[in-house]
Amino acid sequence: MIRLADVTFRYEDMEMYFDAVFTAASFTAIIGPSGGGKSTLLNLIAGFEVPQSGRVLIGTQDVTALPPDQRPVNMIFQDNNVFGHLDVWTNVALGISPRLALSAEDRERIDTALADVGLVSFKQRKPDELSGGERQRVAVARALVRDRPVLLLDEPFAALGPALRRDMLDLVTAMQKARRLTVVMVSHQPEDAQYAASHTAYLEAGRIVALRPTTELFAATDIPGLAAYLGDWRSIGQ
Amino acid sequence: MPWRNDTGDVVTVQPLRAPGYLALALLGVALAAGFLPVLWMGARQGAGAADPYILRVLSFTLLQAGLSTLLSIIGGLLLARALARRQAFPGRGFVLRLLNLPLALPSIVVIIGIIEVYGRKGWLGGAFSIYGLQGILLAHVFFNVPLAARLLLAELERVPAESWKLAAQLGFQTADIWRVVEWPQLRAGLPGIALLIFLLCASSFAVVLTLGGGPGATTLEVAIYQALRADFDPQRAVMLALVQFLLCGSLVLLAQRWGGLMGTRASGATAARRYDARRGVAIIIDAGLIALGLILLLPPLMAIIISGASAIHADATLLRAGVTSLLLGSASAAMAFLLAWPLAQLAARSAAWRRGSGLAVLAAWIVPPAVLATGWFITFIAHASSTALAASLVVAMNGLMALPFVFQPLSTAIAQAASAHDRLCLGLGLSGFGRFWQIDLPALKRPIGLSLVMGLILSLGDLTAISLFGTQDFMTLPSLIYRQMGSYRFDAAVGTALILGILVLALSSLSERWSRPR
Repeated sequence: MIRLADVTFRYEDMEMYFDAVFTAASFTAIIGPSGGGKSTLLNLIAGFEVPQSGRVLIGTQDVTALPPDQRPVNMIFQDNNVFGHLDVWTNVALGISPRLALSAEDRERIDTALADVGLVSFKQRKPDELSGGERQRVAVARALVRDRPVLLLDEPFAALGPALRRDMLDLVTAMQKARRLTVVMVSHQPEDAQYAASHTAYLEAGRIVALRPTTELFAATDIPGLAAYLGDWRSIGQ
Repeated sequence: MPWRNDTGDVVTVQPLRAPGYLALALLGVALAAGFLPVLWMGARQGAGAADPYILRVLSFTLLQAGLSTLLSIIGGLLLARALARRQAFPGRGFVLRLLNLPLALPSIVVIIGIIEVYGRKGWLGGAFSIYGLQGILLAHVFFNVPLAARLLLAELERVPAESWKLAAQLGFQTADIWRVVEWPQLRAGLPGIALLIFLLCASSFAVVLTLGGGPGATTLEVAIYQALRADFDPQRAVMLALVQFLLCGSLVLLAQRWGGLMGTRASGATAARRYDARRGVAIIIDAGLIALGLILLLPPLMAIIISGASAIHADATLLRAGVTSLLLGSASAAMAFLLAWPLAQLAARSAAWRRGSGLAVLAAWIVPPAVLATGWFITFIAHASSTALAASLVVAMNGLMALPFVFQPLSTAIAQAASAHDRLCLGLGLSGFGRFWQIDLPALKRPIGLSLVMGLILSLGDLTAISLFGTQDFMTLPSLIYRQMGSYRFDAAVGTALILGILVLALSSLSERWSRPR
């Protein structure tokens, strides 16, 4: 479970306020207009931003004052999830030990994770020899070996085509189910939310306007701003 | 960007080629007049004319340039990393601006400041001799630590935001960040930066002329000047010039292959936020390194202001040198601009012209000034006493030296304007002068001003060309400073240096305003 309790955060001219619970082992998609604070919300959970007031809890632990590496969190970004000069295997290994001090068991875990994401034959490749989708798979493999209960995704598949995006969502959903992860995913694609997320939150101007089961949220007519944000999408998409 | 008309032909804006060919031809003539006599005389003399003196000068040139580069890179690396880790502290902007100063100021002005602090009668009371190798190294470090720091800082600022977040999430310690993030980023830019600094030090003139200690500590560039102007020994000058040409020409071509001398970018964009180095030890180390940088940079610059303010001798000589400087500088800037404009127009629309122009504007770097001077000296020796000829040679040489710095902002701006307006102008049928007046001029006003001011600044600081061709009655501000230094009027030299420094800084603050995007 992730809980943001009375969290306030100021970014440039925008005053944000978050008070929300993401239940354990749920998959929540966050949609909403650009500049509304979607990425900031993830940064607050991951520890890249510190709230002006309020608390961030993960499970029963208050993580508000903890640095990013001490939070039970993995985060995958849209770009640059890999270090360009290191091969695939090493990029994954960094998730276990920054100094690459690895036991035999660690090495086995890395190989297993690479097999799980379908990159077993790519171990020695450098990131510039990979496609965009393959690079994101490296990030997923690293999240697998780090094995933290919370997985944050910041538009991780936005640069991929529809078919690849489905594949990646399947991969993440399988991982979420197998490990009972709490997943929060920022997305610009409402259909991604419908495809993978159990819950969806609509976020606008630094506030979570609504957080409901995905089907309910997309059917709702009582959420201010949502209809304008989605536009004609609902009638076309259904 | 080409597009196709109904019949499928590629339609693009094709500027007139003739001015471009003319510019290339003029460059070719200047180079030929400089280089062919050297080659011809050198071939006639044969390798037998290479005496041990030339070898000694060459090895000293390489030694001082190598050591200067090593020290500058080490210092620059430490300073850049400290500044990259400390993203916000009061005065950071001031420190960054200070890093631009040594290379923005004419080198003779900076050298005056260094002598005022470290010299025999300086603030430190002459703790060590600044003449000979250690003086040259001190001055080169003073110029190039800030340059290296700026360029390496720009490299570090290109690390993507996600890498810093990943480093924080994966629990990287200082050593891990260095190994996985910082060093790989720096390693890519390091060879090009080191090569640039080596080239600057290997062809540096003013520093070695003023701080070198006689024949034991001289470089090719200065030895050529001495052979031409002091010893009247063109044979020796020719041999030195050939060696200098081989050295600098190959370095420039090597640098072009590694991304280009002019491709080095200074920092500007806001860097991504870092999450490391928050602990006391890291803060103390970085603060100490930045303080050391300030201790290196500030005293000579302050010395020029403090000692210079009370030492300005505003006499007729100073006035005449000032007017001469401005006239020659304006002429050089205009010449460089007239050469650069047609080349930049063509380079904006053709890859072949872009490659060719990029190399052509480096003419005075590939064939270094002293080499050109040797050839011009031989060519024009019969008219050596004419001031008008001397003035045109100084203008020509300064124009050539300024060319890459004039071409750079111009070609960038014209390329942008071309990609923004070419198709629209084709569609509207706008071309020629009408297009220039209504479309290009309003958009390019600032870049044109910027490139002219860059040309002026570079020419105002020149000591090389004026030393090679100047006379007692034909002096610019830098050569007046040099003369005042040599005739035991050091305080007057400091005063003149202050005036020249203020003039150049005023111009570069103007150019800075014009180079900022609106």
